[in-house]
Amino acid sequence: MTFEWLHPFLIATALLLAAVGAVRRVNLWRAGQPESVDFVAGLMAMPGRYLHDLHDIVERDKYMSKTHAATGGGFVLSLLLVVLVHLFGVQNQILAWALLASLALMFVGAIFVFKRRLNPPSRLSKGPWMRLPKSLLAFSSAFFILTLPMAGVLPEGAGGLLLTIVLGVFIAMGLSEMLLGMTWGGPMKHAFAGALHLAFHRRPERFGGGRSTGLKPVALDQRVLGVQKPEDFKWNQLLGFDACVQCGKCEAVCPAFAAGQPLNPKKLIQDMVVGMAGGSDAHYAGSPYPGKEVGQANGGPLLTITEGLIDPDTLWSCTTCRACVEECPMMIEHVDAIVDMRRFLTMETGSTPNKGAEVLDNLIATDNPNGNAPASRTNWAADQNLPLLRDVKETDVVFWVSDGAFDMRSQRILRAFVSLLKAANVDFAVLGDEELDSGDVARRLGDDATFQSLAKRNIAALSQYKFKRIVTTDPHAYHCLRNEYTDFAGDVFKGVEVLHHTTFLNELVQAGKLKLSRFKGGKVTYHDPCYLGRYNGEYEAPRELLRSLGIEIAEMERSGFRSRCCGGGGGAPITDIPGERRIADMRMEDVQTTGAELIAVGCQQCTAMLEGVVEPRPQVKDIAEILASVLLDDEAANDVENQLEEAF
Amino acid sequence: MQLDANTSMDLKIVSLISVGKHPTSGRARRAEQDGRAVELGLTLAEAGRGKQNLTVLHAGDSQQSALRSYAGMGLESVRVIQLRESADAVSPLTEYLRKHVPDIILTGVRAESGESSGMVPYLLAEKLGWPVVPRIANIVSIKEGVAEVLQALPRGQRRALTVRLPFIASVDNAAAEPRQSAFGPANRALMEQQQAGSETDTVRSEWSELPARKRPKRLKVVKAKTAADRFKAATAKPQGSGGKVLKDKTVTEQAQAIFDLLLEEGVLR
Repeated sequence: MTFEWLHPFLIATALLLAAVGAVRRVNLWRAGQPESVDFVAGLMAMPGRYLHDLHDIVERDKYMSKTHAATGGGFVLSLLLVVLVHLFGVQNQILAWALLASLALMFVGAIFVFKRRLNPPSRLSKGPWMRLPKSLLAFSSAFFILTLPMAGVLPEGAGGLLLTIVLGVFIAMGLSEMLLGMTWGGPMKHAFAGALHLAFHRRPERFGGGRSTGLKPVALDQRVLGVQKPEDFKWNQLLGFDACVQCGKCEAVCPAFAAGQPLNPKKLIQDMVVGMAGGSDAHYAGSPYPGKEVGQANGGPLLTITEGLIDPDTLWSCTTCRACVEECPMMIEHVDAIVDMRRFLTMETGSTPNKGAEVLDNLIATDNPNGNAPASRTNWAADQNLPLLRDVKETDVVFWVSDGAFDMRSQRILRAFVSLLKAANVDFAVLGDEELDSGDVARRLGDDATFQSLAKRNIAALSQYKFKRIVTTDPHAYHCLRNEYTDFAGDVFKGVEVLHHTTFLNELVQAGKLKLSRFKGGKVTYHDPCYLGRYNGEYEAPRELLRSLGIEIAEMERSGFRSRCCGGGGGAPITDIPGERRIADMRMEDVQTTGAELIAVGCQQCTAMLEGVVEPRPQVKDIAEILASVLLDDEAANDVENQLEEAF
Repeated sequence: MQLDANTSMDLKIVSLISVGKHPTSGRARRAEQDGRAVELGLTLAEAGRGKQNLTVLHAGDSQQSALRSYAGMGLESVRVIQLRESADAVSPLTEYLRKHVPDIILTGVRAESGESSGMVPYLLAEKLGWPVVPRIANIVSIKEGVAEVLQALPRGQRRALTVRLPFIASVDNAAAEPRQSAFGPANRALMEQQQAGSETDTVRSEWSELPARKRPKRLKVVKAKTAADRFKAATAKPQGSGGKVLKDKTVTEQAQAIFDLLLEEGVLR
C-alpha cells in the first residue's frame, strides 16, 4: 500500500486531539465547587458499577441493553486492538482475528442502533445523535477491511489507491466521531464523562443496590446559598450532567412534562451542560420544555442560571418524585440539581412563587405550613386519650403524627391508625405540642435554613426521651426522619428504627396481633407514594397488608418503582405552576384503566391530591383506614372463632 | 409610580420598623404593616435612584432577630437606635429625624406588641411639625415637592390626597404586601447600631400586660333581604355612621360645624 503511514497517522492524531479535548473538558468540571471523592476507590469500582448498577437499569429495555453491550463492548475492545495492531504495528494473526471479531460485534450492534434510529420515539434526541449509527458503521466496517490483510484473508496491498482513499475517509469519519466526539462534546461524550461520573459519583451509596435519597444540607454561612451559576455546583455534579446520553427515559416518566408544565428533565440537564460550557441551547435536538421554544436560552459558567438559561417556573414545576433519577441509565441526579437551584431562588432572591412565601413564613412563625396555632396541634386527638412522651418519658413506639394533625381529612387516617395501635396493644406515645413540621416542604422549596431549624428542634425534642421506634403515617416525614435528620442528629437516632405505618402494621398483622376480617369491597388498586417507594424502597409491605385482607391488587401499569406521582410532592401544590393538565387527573386515569373501585394509598398528601379529582372516580382510602374498617373487636373476633369452630 | 426628576434625585425616605408578634404563636416576627412600609419605601427608592435612598430605622434592641426578616427583603443594612426595653422610642427617633431630615417617613398604623397605641406617627409629627397622612395604600406620584397619595378607606375605597413634602404617613394593610424575606441577605445584613440617650417610658412601666380575652359579642341579627346585602353585612368593615360632608359649604359654616362638634364631644367647654 502506498499510503502506509496514513492510517497510523490518523489514529495518532485522533488520539492526541482527543487527549487535548479531555483536558479541556476536565477543566470545565474543575470549575465547580470542591467535593471530596475517593479517586482511587472510585476508579477501581468503576467497571463493576458499569457492569452491574448501570447495566441493570439499561437491562429494563432488553433491546437496548443487548445493542449497547455489542456496540460498546465491541468498540472498547476494537479500540484497544486498533491501537496495538494499526498504531504500534504489532504483527500478530491472533490479534488481527480478535480485532476482526470485535469489529464484527460492534458492526452488528451498530446495525441495531441504526434500526432504532429509523423511526425513533419522541423521547430520543435527534441532531448529531442521528449521525451516530452511521459513524459506528463507518468505524467498524472501515477498520474491518483494513484489518483483513493482516489476518491473511486478503493479500497485502489489495484494492489499490481508490480503496485506500475510501477507507481513509471512513476511518477519519469514524475516528472523529468516536474519539474526538468523546471529549469535544459529541454524542460519544457520554462514554468518557459517563465512565468518570460512575467513578466519582456524588452518591456512591447508590451502587451495589444501595439507596441514597436524602438531600445534602447547605452550609448556611456560605457566600451564596444554593446554586446561582453553573460554577456553584459541585465539580462532580457538573461531571454528572456531561454524562447524559439524551435517551429521554426521564422525559418519558416525568409527571410535570406529561402535564404540559414547562419542565423536561432531559432538557434541564442539557441546559446545565450549556451553562457549564457556555453558549446557547440552539444545538439541542430533543423535545423542548412544554410551551417553550428551543434556541432562546443562553448561559455561561459565570452567569446566573435563572436569568436567561432556565425559567424559574421550570425549576418549580418539579414534584421531586425522583422518577427521572430512577430511570436514568447514567444515574444522574436531577432532583439534587433542581433543589440546589431552588435554594438560590428562595434563600437569596426571595422569589418562591405563589403561596411559597406564605407557607415558609408560617413554618417560621408557627412550625406548620398553614399558620395554625402551635398549641392546637393535638386538638384532633382530644377524645383519643393518647399518652404524651412528656408524661411517660419512655415508650416502644413514638407515633409521629405529622401536620396531618391540622387537616380534617388526614385526621381520619390518624384516628384509624390509633385505633389499630390500640387494638394491637402497642406501647406508644406521641410528642404532642413538642412535635413540629418535619421540614419536608421547606427543604423541597429550597429553604434549607428553615428545614435545619425545624430538624434541629425536632431532634432536640426527641432526644429527651427513650424509645425504640418512630412510626409515621406520612411518607414525607418518614423520609426526613429516616434519611435527612441523620445529618444533624448525632446519636439521637442510634439504635432507633424509623418506620412507615404500612411497614409497622404489616409486622403486626403478620405476627397475628390484629384480628381482621376479610375485605368485602370491590376491586382495589394500590398507588405507591414516591417518598415511600422510590425514596425508601418500600413497595412490598403495603401490598402484603392488602393481600392479607384477601385483596387481589389490580396493579396499574405504572406501579412499584415506575409509579407515577400524584402531583403533591416537592411543594408543587404550593408553587402551582400552570400546565395543560393536572398530574392528579392523569394518575386517576391510570387508576381507572384498572377498573378499581377503591385506591389504597399510604400517604395523606396522595390522598388529598387523588381526592381532589372530580367525581365520578374510585374512592380513596389510606391503608390504615381500610384495615380499621375490617378490624374486629374482641367480641366480634370471638364470634368469628366460634363460627369457625361450629363450621368444622 | 411617577417621580419628578428633580425631587427623586435626592428623595430621602425613612421606613420605621417595629418588632411584630404573630397572632397565633405569639412569636416575634416582621410586623405586617411595618413590612408594608418597608415595601413601599423600597418601591419608591427603586423608582428613584436606588436603595441607598431608603433608611430602615428601628429604635430598640439590635440583637432582636425579627429585625433580620426585614433585612431579608433585600436591605444591605438596618439602622438601629439602641434602647433599653423600658425606654420610650419617640424622643430618640425625633432626635434622629431632626438630624437627618428625610422627605418621607413611613410607619405602620400601630405596632403588634407593646402599647400598640398607634400614636408614634402623631407624636413624631407633633414634634417635627409635619403633616400626618394616616392609613395610606400607595404613593402615586411625587412632583415638585408634592406627593399624591391614596388613603385606604373601608370596603376597598380610596381617597386621593395631595401632601407637600416632608410628611409622615402610616401604611394601611391595603398597601402592597411586603416581598418575601430571604434568609441569605437577612443573615448578612449589617445592623448599624447608634447610641442615643433615652427616657424611661413611665406610662408604660406602670402597666401590666395580660393576654387578651375575647369579650362576649352581641349577636348581630342580619335583616338583609338579598344575598348581596347579607354578603355586605358579613364582609364590611364597620363604617362610621353620621358625619356630614362640608366640602361645599362656606368657611363660616365649616368652622361653626367643627366648633359645634368640639363642644358636643366635650373637648371645648
